[in-house]
Amino acid sequence: MSLPRSRRVLPGFTPTLLWTLIWLTAVVLLPLSAVFLKASSLNAAAFADAAFSPRVLASYRLSFGASLIAASINTVFGVILAWNLVRYDFPGKRAVDALVDLPFALPTAVAGIALSALYSPNGWIGGLLAPFGIKVAFTPLGVLVALIFIGLPFVVRTVQPILEDFDTEYEEAAASLGAGRLATARHVILPALMPAVATGFAMAFARAVGEYGSVIFIAGNIPKVSEITPLLIITKLEQYDYAGATAIAAVMLVVSFILLLIINLLQARVAARGSRHA
Amino acid sequence: MSAVIDTPRPGQDRARFLQTNTATREPWLVRLVLLVLGVGFFAIFLLLPLITVFVEALRKGLDTYGWAIHDSDVLSSIGLTFLTVLFVVPLNVLFGLAAGWAIAKFEFRGKQILITLIDLPFSVSPVIAGLSYMLVFGARGWLGPWLIDHDLKVMFAVPGIVMATTFVTFPFVARELISLMQSQGREEEEAAVVLGASGLATFVRVTLPNIRWGLIYGVILCNARAMGEFGAVSVVSGHIRGETNTLPLEVEILYNEYNFAGAFAVASFLCVLALVTLLVKWWVERRVHSGDAS
Repeated sequence: MSLPRSRRVLPGFTPTLLWTLIWLTAVVLLPLSAVFLKASSLNAAAFADAAFSPRVLASYRLSFGASLIAASINTVFGVILAWNLVRYDFPGKRAVDALVDLPFALPTAVAGIALSALYSPNGWIGGLLAPFGIKVAFTPLGVLVALIFIGLPFVVRTVQPILEDFDTEYEEAAASLGAGRLATARHVILPALMPAVATGFAMAFARAVGEYGSVIFIAGNIPKVSEITPLLIITKLEQYDYAGATAIAAVMLVVSFILLLIINLLQARVAARGSRHA
Repeated sequence: MSAVIDTPRPGQDRARFLQTNTATREPWLVRLVLLVLGVGFFAIFLLLPLITVFVEALRKGLDTYGWAIHDSDVLSSIGLTFLTVLFVVPLNVLFGLAAGWAIAKFEFRGKQILITLIDLPFSVSPVIAGLSYMLVFGARGWLGPWLIDHDLKVMFAVPGIVMATTFVTFPFVARELISLMQSQGREEEEAAVVLGASGLATFVRVTLPNIRWGLIYGVILCNARAMGEFGAVSVVSGHIRGETNTLPLEVEILYNEYNFAGAFAVASFLCVLALVTLLVKWWVERRVHSGDAS
């Protein structure tokens, strides 16, 4: 290997790596470690009291439960939408393709007030559902709707490139061996998509768990019913209960780290599969 | 690629082509159902909220816009949002270039861990980002007493807003540049240096032209998120009207005051910015992915 020599050819390794490490530490690692240090300064009873009280537990159930359901719904429809965009031709396809990223570009507060206007009892969709006794705004269903909004592009954008690169030879082989489209989809296409689908699901889930702006307007924020965990952290902060806010944040951070680890492992599998198919 | 079928370029043509091939085609009814499910889902969950913003903003006619552009609080929130972006984007570009250069052009131990750590802010709730800055810079935080002694205001002031926004936008430019520069390798730079170019000249004349579309792409994403950040800024801003309210926070305040027309007018302005972002992004994406640097 000629790596050690090429390291000497290009200049600038030390200053750029140093800047990367200093900036990463100052902006990300130090502030986040403050959360854990502050949380560890609490004794076990106080920590449990703050992080696992009935109201907080109810918020975990809502945040993680709604995120799980939203990510699952997004996975199903995201794969279908990615399939539409790659395999079918339809009017307005380019506009749909560009607008899928809307939740990335649109401020979450804007999404929040738009969704609550849309789903309130006198809104377009809320008005349609009201005669059936279905309430979305200011209920846990509202939380779900907001989390679906912000999570959809994660699934579409991880599955779409894999589908674009998918070699149709495999489908041809399946067809020539007598498989119908359903069997081909189940045994040939979906298995190849699985790592990407799982990555998209995990990313949508991770984003949904921490989401704040798009949820609080439509949720109604009723304690133990439609109050998400990030809102509870803000509520505690506004009451100057720093210890309480930090304990909840520490629990959420641990979950985030685990999710990040899973996403990384999944992405490595997507990359490995991609190179195998290429 | 198979010798039997000649697959055309991806995109519109490929979709049409695959639907003429019996091996890759579904019955029309299946196609219809899938299209209705996929595009219908998109229309209900993404398109309708977007349309709602404009309809609500125009409900009281164009007068609301006249009010909004003359309201001093709205104007100052626009100013603050652009000021924040003005700090955040260059800081992220500087970091992205440094990280891209160090990670893509050199081999060192722990590189994968470093890349993972750079992605970390993506999976942290913005609210927790804001909280962590409170714990460092807040009145009762690590640096709080020192800051107060020296009469420096970070929390509930512009520096805090800039820092919290830097946190949530941290990976945008860097991850784009790292993956792009890794795929480009280092042969061109090595050739330039061997031929006698200085490090800086190599970077400006060889690297920068190669990565400029990727850089623009990262800046667009970073810019959009910086303008729209809500959760993290909400924690550190203190919500002082006319002083520390960014545009998204102003939307929240107007909405909570039942000034719906005003809230949606400001929101529709942010929507237009988002649509412009998507348009530019779509245009740049084609250049990045065609691998064409010119």
